[in-house]
Amino acid sequence: MTAMKLNDEEQDMLAGKLGPVAQQALRHQIMVGEFFGAEDFVPVTQAHIMADTESLGEAGVQWLEGLAANREGRTGVCIPTITDPRGTDFAKAAYLGQTSSMIELERRAIDAFVKLGVTMTDTCINYQTVQAPIRNEHVAFGDTGVVIYSNSVCGAYSNFEGGPSALSAGLTGRTPRYGFHLAEQRRATVHVRTDFTPQTLNDWGALGAVVGRIAGNYWAVPVIEGIEGAPRSDQLKHFGAAMASFGSIALFHMVGVTPEADRLADIAPAGLPSHRVGRDEVKALQASYHKDGKVDVVVFSAPQLSLYELRDLAALCDNRRFSVPLLAVTSPQVKPDSDRMGYTARIENAGGIVLSGMCFYQSYAREIAEAKGWKRLVTNSAKLVNILGGYGYQPMLGSMEACVDAAVSGRME
Amino acid sequence: MSVKGKVFQARHAMGQRVRGTALVASDGFSARYDLDRIKGIFSRPSHQLAGRSYVGKILVVETAKGGVASAWMLHEMNSRGMAPLAFVFNSVNPILAQGAALAHLPMLAGFDEDITKAIPDGAELEIDPARGTITVL
Repeated sequence: MTAMKLNDEEQDMLAGKLGPVAQQALRHQIMVGEFFGAEDFVPVTQAHIMADTESLGEAGVQWLEGLAANREGRTGVCIPTITDPRGTDFAKAAYLGQTSSMIELERRAIDAFVKLGVTMTDTCINYQTVQAPIRNEHVAFGDTGVVIYSNSVCGAYSNFEGGPSALSAGLTGRTPRYGFHLAEQRRATVHVRTDFTPQTLNDWGALGAVVGRIAGNYWAVPVIEGIEGAPRSDQLKHFGAAMASFGSIALFHMVGVTPEADRLADIAPAGLPSHRVGRDEVKALQASYHKDGKVDVVVFSAPQLSLYELRDLAALCDNRRFSVPLLAVTSPQVKPDSDRMGYTARIENAGGIVLSGMCFYQSYAREIAEAKGWKRLVTNSAKLVNILGGYGYQPMLGSMEACVDAAVSGRME
Repeated sequence: MSVKGKVFQARHAMGQRVRGTALVASDGFSARYDLDRIKGIFSRPSHQLAGRSYVGKILVVETAKGGVASAWMLHEMNSRGMAPLAFVFNSVNPILAQGAALAHLPMLAGFDEDITKAIPDGAELEIDPARGTITVL
């Protein structure tokens, strides 16, 4: 493996002149950078850390506390560094059947992050709620849904940065220059033509899932041609999140829509492998999860809901009465507005519950299933059905309307 | 045909030299989606290795899938002595590499052949990241 080139500041950091926290962070980044053949570092302007305590565990929290306890040299982040959803909504933890040890671990993680100067935004839709990156901005974002949206829709430059690497980027203000920080890695590698422009969020998610399965690995870059009109942010949010989940994809192009792909020729070399995807493939993917009969719980999450999604959901909840639990999960930035506009009350008057700052699958979904007896779960998120299969659920994918109907009847037909 | 003594060269490598038994599948790997991390087994029913233990094994699989959480999970699994001994991938995404760096687990990726076809399940291997090699013992 070739050694990365370090500038004077980076050599000082590695030598410990900026303290042990920055030194440890840079060492970690060099290991990753050299693994991928990075020549050097690139400065980043923002970092976003995925660090729910279900993933961290006791070991991860102790590691964070060790970093946060240091008082020598640079002791915190040096660029705006924000967080992905937490493992709970503290106000609703008892309802979710979460234990005091989960909550305690969560509090310790938050304390450590705050000591490191991290801003606890607890959101996976920061591009809608905190600050969207701009074209050509190099960032170090975690959460695959955040990365694929930022790269594809915003034209920013990021790899998937897991928690330790995103935190390291926050602490050093840079990241190894490999993968999607390099212009040549952003060219399309597979062409997908479609004659189906989805309308609903579940159809957008399912189309993203189909494209993700075709493209199939992190280094693949699909370009999609044939979408009519201009999709909305929430539609591309579900499209990208599902593609990232099903295919580990970090960047897509959509001809005439995304900023690097005004024309196909701008990003696609001639002779790319090409696939056709239509309504049949999208419907087949959804049908593969469908099971008639009883429903235990309805969940809107993954990604967290925007204000517009909550507005649409509230409208569907008027004059309804749910027979099974309905959970809608949003960010701490959106929740106060949802309260203020009356959306939360309309959803909760029907028997639903609006959660904030968590995301269903990052919040001990397996333990929740056992505590609440939930197995047959209905959602409009293609990302969520993909994940929860591995957590002992039988997930089903339907439109927002079908999900609300299922909450009323307790059945999916 | 015996593969004993055969050496495979990886383009990407990190970590310490180890010896162990290969657990091989032409399937993906995601710590969040595919595993019961408490029991140390593959739990996703559709996974080729469903029901099998990965603890202490050299896991030889196709690629790393989804899940930014894996970056923390390898460290957490290793702290309980419930992690694979090492990872070998045809193709790896950054998350697993970042996770292996945090957990100090050896990882090799990128070969001239399909490594999941070249190495038999259950083979005894030596992984040498400094040289980027896998040797079948």
